[in-house]
Amino acid sequence: MDWDFIVGHVNYWLFIVLMMTGLYIVVAKGNLVKKIVGLNIFQTAVFMLYISVGKIDGGTAPIFPTDMKIDPAVVYSNPLPHVLILTAIVVGIATTSLGLALIVRIREAYGTIEEDGIYQIEKDIAAEEYRLHNELKSRRS
Amino acid sequence: MTGIAMTTFIDIVLFSMLVATAIAIVRMRSLFAVVMLAGVFSLLSALLLVTLDAVDVAFTEAAVGAGISTVLMLGTLALTSRSELASRPAGLTPLLVVIVTGAALVYGTLDMPNFGDPNAPASTHVAPDYIAQSPAEIGVPNIVTAILASYRGYDTLGETGVVFTAGIGVLLLISGLRRRRREEGDEE
Amino acid sequence: MIRHHLILRVITKMLIGPIMLFALYVQFHGDYSPGGGFQAGVIMAVAFIIYGVVFGLATVQQVFPPWLVHKLLALGVLIYAGTGVVSLFLGYGYLDYGAFTPDHPEHGQHWGILVVELGVGVTVTGVMVAIYYAFAARTPAISDEDW
Repeated sequence: MDWDFIVGHVNYWLFIVLMMTGLYIVVAKGNLVKKIVGLNIFQTAVFMLYISVGKIDGGTAPIFPTDMKIDPAVVYSNPLPHVLILTAIVVGIATTSLGLALIVRIREAYGTIEEDGIYQIEKDIAAEEYRLHNELKSRRS
Repeated sequence: MTGIAMTTFIDIVLFSMLVATAIAIVRMRSLFAVVMLAGVFSLLSALLLVTLDAVDVAFTEAAVGAGISTVLMLGTLALTSRSELASRPAGLTPLLVVIVTGAALVYGTLDMPNFGDPNAPASTHVAPDYIAQSPAEIGVPNIVTAILASYRGYDTLGETGVVFTAGIGVLLLISGLRRRRREEGDEE
Repeated sequence: MIRHHLILRVITKMLIGPIMLFALYVQFHGDYSPGGGFQAGVIMAVAFIIYGVVFGLATVQQVFPPWLVHKLLALGVLIYAGTGVVSLFLGYGYLDYGAFTPDHPEHGQHWGILVVELGVGVTVTGVMVAIYYAFAARTPAISDEDW
């Protein structure tokens, strides 16, 4: 592990730190809106990792001069990740809003957006159903 | 200081701000503050994307992440609740999961090419062709637009379809079109 | 409806024009500078959303009624997919823009990119505004005093 290797890879590791912060929010926090924010952080970190793969040393943004007189000495960064991530961001907000809409419906159905609360309600419903089931069974026999 | 080391330095400064924002999001109870910090996070990441030469992506991230997504999240907060309840203490399990996953990912980066390496596999396959051919074949200065709309037109058609489908999904879930129609029908 | 602060209302009215103009610039200048249909659609939607946030949902829905939004978000995908169908009927591949000006394929590419980006922009505007309408039309669970 020499110095060049560390400088060349520290970027990726920092993106991974950000990703893992997002993942931690998703796993550890019970609030559904916060989980969505965590997913967004994770998503943005993945986007930046992708873009950083396409960066070329000494390169510039992949746009030619308007008059199309292209200087062959100019290095352009890889435009392909840019295209993929650009569309992914807009798709990301569309799916995020779908998640938020689901949260709104969950709140209307359960009265809470905390995971623990929803789990508790589900458990109560299941226990009630189990009780009814046993009652019916004992009546039949 | 070479160019790439300078970029790395700027990246690290922006990164510490990003990580600080992310940690603040983890610790905040007030969801209003969380949503605002998410907007800050988006703007900072847009800055970072500019240093990585992805101006189109930075533009999109700033418009979408700091604009639309903040509005939608605030709309959700108005419909649900404003602060996070104190839940069960998370314990060590999430931290363990995160550390193990992170370690696996770091292990995966070890055989990746150096940051900014012009000979990286990602930059030697089709990308040079796109850059070399697009002035003659497409004649559009912005290579990103040329690839987006022409070389990878099918791809973008699919993405537009996904955006469309997600919009229809939200409308079906919460627009209340059917309920309103039913109520109007009851009155008649 | 709550009437917001005077400064907010005046500044919003001043900003909406430039925002829409900028959206159109980003839309049609996407070949030359950063931008394109996705960004322009979002910016255009922001113009309507800021109007709705400050002046109320009913006001913005008079300008941009929901039925029109719902038609637009389908229309955009139709424009995109339709471009491909047109090039098919001209005897070229699906979404091969060379079909539009057979003797000068480069110009055809320009036209194709312009039309396709317009389709993307229309869909994204429609989807974002429709999502905003859907959220804003629900009765809030939190009263204004709680904020």
